Amino acid sequence: MKIAGLSWPVVRALLASQHANMVQYRAEIALWALSGVLPFIMLSLWSQSDAGASFGFKGVGLARYYLSAFMVRQFSVVWVVFAFEEDALLGRLSPFLLQPLHPLWRYVAAHVAERVTRFPFSIGIAAIFFLLYPTSFWLPSLSQFLLACLAILLAFSINFLLQSLIAALCFWSEKASALERLLLIPYLYFSGWLVPLAAFPDAARTASFWTPFPYLIDFPARVLAGLPVDFVAGFAAQLFWVALLLPLVLMAWRAGVRRYTAMGA
Amino acid sequence: MRVSGCPIWVDVVIEVEQLSKTYQVADKTPGFVGTLNHFFRRKTHDVQAVSHVSFTIEPGEMVGFLGANGAGKTTTLKMLCGLIHPSAGMVHVAGYVPQRRQAAFLKQITLVMGQKQQLIWDLPPLDSLSVNAAVYGIGEKEARYRINELAEMLEIGEELTRPVRKLSLGQRMKAELLAALLHRPSVLFLDEPTLGLDVNAQARVRRFLAEYNRQTGATVLLTSHYMADITALCSRVLLIDQGELIHDGGLDELAASLSPFRQVRLELNRSASPEDFVGYGELEALDDRAVRLLVSRSELTVVVARLLANFDVLDLEVNDPPIDELIGSLFRKGRVV
Repeated sequence: MKIAGLSWPVVRALLASQHANMVQYRAEIALWALSGVLPFIMLSLWSQSDAGASFGFKGVGLARYYLSAFMVRQFSVVWVVFAFEEDALLGRLSPFLLQPLHPLWRYVAAHVAERVTRFPFSIGIAAIFFLLYPTSFWLPSLSQFLLACLAILLAFSINFLLQSLIAALCFWSEKASALERLLLIPYLYFSGWLVPLAAFPDAARTASFWTPFPYLIDFPARVLAGLPVDFVAGFAAQLFWVALLLPLVLMAWRAGVRRYTAMGA
Repeated sequence: MRVSGCPIWVDVVIEVEQLSKTYQVADKTPGFVGTLNHFFRRKTHDVQAVSHVSFTIEPGEMVGFLGANGAGKTTTLKMLCGLIHPSAGMVHVAGYVPQRRQAAFLKQITLVMGQKQQLIWDLPPLDSLSVNAAVYGIGEKEARYRINELAEMLEIGEELTRPVRKLSLGQRMKAELLAALLHRPSVLFLDEPTLGLDVNAQARVRRFLAEYNRQTGATVLLTSHYMADITALCSRVLLIDQGELIHDGGLDELAASLSPFRQVRLELNRSASPEDFVGYGELEALDDRAVRLLVSRSELTVVVARLLANFDVLDLEVNDPPIDELIGSLFRKGRVV
């Protein structure tokens, strides 16, 4: 069975080649992993006060939340808009468009391969965190872990589709990545990466749940940390955003390809 | 005949009728005011890159596609392989409408662009080849066989296990060709495949393309600024100028249409003066008994007969101006005059 040209041999070959490619950039990937420690900085700020309790976290809950937010971000971060824009501008997209495989699969494979390469660095950073905050150490139960993996996978999917939608705008505007910056502020504010959503005023928190952002960090982080969370509502919202964005991306892609001028190629 | 995998029986593998492509280009004057004007009152104008081009190509033909820079060659190739959509006109390649980019169509074609690459830069070509093999549904054993076969034809071996970034331009181009042909396409679009290669590498690529065409019966449409590529591989050429097709035929016919004269060289038994040749054509040079005349093609037979009758001729030679020089001068001018 094939989905937009994707079959098991293609998955295997793409992942093998992309992983080999990512290993070439392991030092850069280690730095990317390190650059994601913003939640730890926020934790160090909040831990000077009794913010954890006022946010509704008990004991080491806040520390576990921020470590989980770090891990979720590590495995759901997406850079497809930048890679796609470069490929489109330099003409590298043209050969991809002439093969019987949807080009977006190549970017998915690159992200998956990058995650595999990033994994030991992320685990290493988490280990250092536990050395600094030994009381916050915990291991999620198997069910917790599997649910968290699913939530992170869906968070990645939403993130990937959101950026792919913006990337498709490269067919109209050569610098679509600039639009991605517009997402950064609501992402920082509403995702729970900087501050847990529990810290927000009720109105802001309620409003945030109408956006995809809480399901990118806050929801999966709570699942991983074992904090109180509405599983059904969270997963339903994640699936809703995937179902909404996927056809939009495919439509934008189809319309964009009609406009493609193969610049630089 | 039937092209393999093609849904219908076809006598022609490439059919183009009244094909046109218009690009919208933004007008912007330089400087701050120009930038502000461009931002608030964006002006554009249409550029007709390809205009009402029609031709057909039969299976197995190797056709040269000539034209100065910006004449519309690459735009036409991009429309033929389905990379860009035409503004008007009709294209069929191997029985398919290219811009629909159906998987069955994509498996039959390939586009090779000199200096552009599909190989992953930091990995050996074999890694990219294994991806291509999987994408085109070629089994591992068959892929190994095809890689060995093409590698032998291309005279490339251990280079396939070295990172692409460490290969020379010629080695890289050969690896690109291998990647582009692994799925055994029946229609090849080659855009400057020998660009930047040294003379030996160019000759090797030419030999390979001729051999590939002979072995597989593939149809080849080739653009090149190196006339040696065209003269070695193509008996038929399409000449495009400012988006319009102005010649479709043999190289000899192209030479005739580009130069309406032929060169007649005479060696006489006695000295002659310029006045003696009035009415025979344009006197190019006269050096004692050696004469060089440019004679209209339509009057050539009559003029040669008159020359032989009226002069004591020791030797006579009729030449076409070299095609390389004609095309070269065409490209230098930037357009056909």
